[in-house]
Amino acid sequence: MKEIIRFEVNGRPASLDADPDRMLLWVLRDELGLTGTKYGCGEGFCGACAVLVDGEPVRSCQFPLKSARGKKVVTIEGLAVNGRLHPLQEAFVRHNVMQCGYCTSGMIIAAYGLLRKNPRPTREEIIRSMEDHLCRCGGYMRIIQAIETAAQEMKKGVRR
Amino acid sequence: MKRREFMKLAGGGVFVFFTVGEPWDWLEAQQRSGGRDYPTDFNAYLRIAEDGKITGFAGKAELGQGTQTALAQIAAEELDVALDRVDMVMGDTALCPWDMGTFGSRSIKYFGPALRQAAAEARGVLIELASEHLRLPVAQLATKDGFVQEKVNPQNRVSYGTLAKGKMIERHLDPKPPVKPPSEYAIVGKPADRKDAVLKVSGRAQYAGDIRLPGMLYARILRPPAHGAKLKAVDLSGAERTEGARIIQDGEMIAVLHSSYDLAEGALSKIRAEWELPEAAVDDETIYEHLVKVASTGDVVEEKGNLEEGKKLAESVFEESYFTPYVAHAPMEPHTATVKIEGGSATVWASTQRPFGLQEEVAQALGLPLEKVRVITPFVGGGFGGKNRNLQTVEAARLAKLAGVPVQVAWSRSEEFFYDTFQPAAVVKIISGADASNRLVLWDYDIFFGGERTSQPFYDIPHYRILSRGSWGRGGAGVHPFEVGAWRAPGSNTNTFARESHMDVMAAKAGLDPVEFRRINLKDERMKRVLAAAAARFGWTAAKAPSGRGFGVSLVNYLNTYVATMAEVEVNKNGAVKVKRVVCAQDMGRVINPDGAKAQIEGCITMGLGYCLSEEIHFRGGAIRDLNFDTYEIPRFSWLPEIEAVLVENRDLEPQGGGEPPIVNMGAVVANAVFDATGARLNRLPITATRLRAALPPRY
Repeated sequence: MKEIIRFEVNGRPASLDADPDRMLLWVLRDELGLTGTKYGCGEGFCGACAVLVDGEPVRSCQFPLKSARGKKVVTIEGLAVNGRLHPLQEAFVRHNVMQCGYCTSGMIIAAYGLLRKNPRPTREEIIRSMEDHLCRCGGYMRIIQAIETAAQEMKKGVRR
Repeated sequence: MKRREFMKLAGGGVFVFFTVGEPWDWLEAQQRSGGRDYPTDFNAYLRIAEDGKITGFAGKAELGQGTQTALAQIAAEELDVALDRVDMVMGDTALCPWDMGTFGSRSIKYFGPALRQAAAEARGVLIELASEHLRLPVAQLATKDGFVQEKVNPQNRVSYGTLAKGKMIERHLDPKPPVKPPSEYAIVGKPADRKDAVLKVSGRAQYAGDIRLPGMLYARILRPPAHGAKLKAVDLSGAERTEGARIIQDGEMIAVLHSSYDLAEGALSKIRAEWELPEAAVDDETIYEHLVKVASTGDVVEEKGNLEEGKKLAESVFEESYFTPYVAHAPMEPHTATVKIEGGSATVWASTQRPFGLQEEVAQALGLPLEKVRVITPFVGGGFGGKNRNLQTVEAARLAKLAGVPVQVAWSRSEEFFYDTFQPAAVVKIISGADASNRLVLWDYDIFFGGERTSQPFYDIPHYRILSRGSWGRGGAGVHPFEVGAWRAPGSNTNTFARESHMDVMAAKAGLDPVEFRRINLKDERMKRVLAAAAARFGWTAAKAPSGRGFGVSLVNYLNTYVATMAEVEVNKNGAVKVKRVVCAQDMGRVINPDGAKAQIEGCITMGLGYCLSEEIHFRGGAIRDLNFDTYEIPRFSWLPEIEAVLVENRDLEPQGGGEPPIVNMGAVVANAVFDATGARLNRLPITATRLRAALPPRY
């Protein structure tokens, strides 16, 4: 059942001898030690496990390893470049967004996916795009503000 | 000489120990926490290292509420150092002073003063040391930015780190140095950036499930389909055939262990089990009748005057019942624990709100003395009261002992719902009366299993009685079909929904504006002040309800934090409620971190919309029907109202709590706004579209 699956994680090649039907979340957390991606509900309802696959946010708890074959996976650990936080991460810090922080990785990944497609989203577009990401601490207001700030910053022509 | 022996020999009094290096060996730590009370030596709270860095120790957990930052602010303020020079170590039973638990909005209110005094004392010791070092009298010295300096010649100074270097100093200051007057505060009271922010945005913040240990196995445990179900037969063969899986049976517990979580889960799903289910006695519709039926005659919580007298004075009498359901905590991080047992000692990493209570539970489960169990609390992914109970940790400890390797138990979302200690379903019955000038004269209030907190009226009522019928918590045999417990502001969400809804029922009957009716019946100046602040920000104008505007108001005094909340809602023809705007004015005494306090207000308002509008556990007997976020709906981005948090300044009052109070008004403020919009009053939470549609007037 096992087979060798190669893909890229945060810019580095990864090669695993594993069951291709395993979900990417557990491969990242248990085999590759990338624990920044969180388990929240296991059924794709909450978004805590979001990662980027070829730039698109996916729910890694519902994303089989075989679908990552040959692709570029970016997790929250891979967003900073040379130790410098991504503008989204900086904006989340600046707005004191985080309370418990458990949904944060998924929120930032989802926002990254949004800004990649739509660099200047309206507030309504942010809400629509983030709707299926849950935060129990109730931090939505600051998350929206942080995404708006990051969009402004990125428009100024900084990285990515 | 051991510190305790030293103290004994030297006689009584307060000792201030100034220690450098890494003195945190096990024994000393136990001495510090052995008394099971906040200790009096400042070493238990603070360490000043040779590089001048200050580490604060708190037995509290950082659940997201931001106390790590606010406590560091308190220590930095008293020690006159920049905030980034102070780090907090939290919830580690080996390093931190004993603490009862992180609940009840108590961290700043009760732990803050102990930390503040310890820091003030540390500063006093540093000045004495500097006096020797600089050969100047103490009176000529001051502290600034991590230095002790000569007042008239600030260049003549010595850093805290230099003073701490290479020494083991034990000092006793008598009398204890005074704490700084709030008028001199430079760090406390100013917005501060969260100390955990960078870790959390970069995925480096460790939670209990992120602990990785050599040889560690993940355990998945066989669960019953309903509380009270008995295992009749089980076939483990499928799981046994799974490569790499280990099966452990210990009494009722059957667990599958594997080096990967999902592979343990895969093996668990191959177990075939037959269960015997108990007959379901109640469900989410019949529960209220059941609670009233099994309730006791009750205990008086508080009373004044005489109810019969009140009835005689009453021009009009109102009788209503209010109902609140079981509500889940549903933190984004499910209960998780990792346990390592080595050489007769256990180390536990747990998502807990009660590290020291958990230490006792684990010691008992493993048959170890208390000092052989160390509980470390990493970042906790939300608690809200649900992580006071730590069944998962005891499971992990038992399994680690039997397996002989470290074990992690991380509950799935369905386990999280199934084993949650829900906010208890409750009923409140109120009989009230007002005289001809709309003054409250009678308040006969019975709570069934809801808990007593905030049931005591702050309105000026000459004749009242608060009766608690059926205690809060488990409630005794045959009451609740599953576990219940503290949910963010326990008891208060139910009591305030009932009280403040009832106030509006009375105001409407009297044809009075709800704010005006409250003012007539308030003598408490702090409450009047927060009400005025909320009304001013909201732009409240007097009108009797239902006015069609969709405005609502609710007030609460939650453990001496005063909150006035106003909301504006819109209701569509289908009964769907959109909360458009919420203004929350709060007097919480002196505020340590205003931005953190506002974040708690925003969070409480947003989270509170859930118990108003959608959150209710559906069940039949011991079978929980909501096991994930598809049917158990919590607030989402699109629910977000415009939120305005107003901190009503009260610098003369010591800091009070802020993690819970702003959620308490949410039920009533929305129910009252819905009535104002539609004329439909719902006495039962949550106000779902289905329920409201059925209650809407015919031509709405």
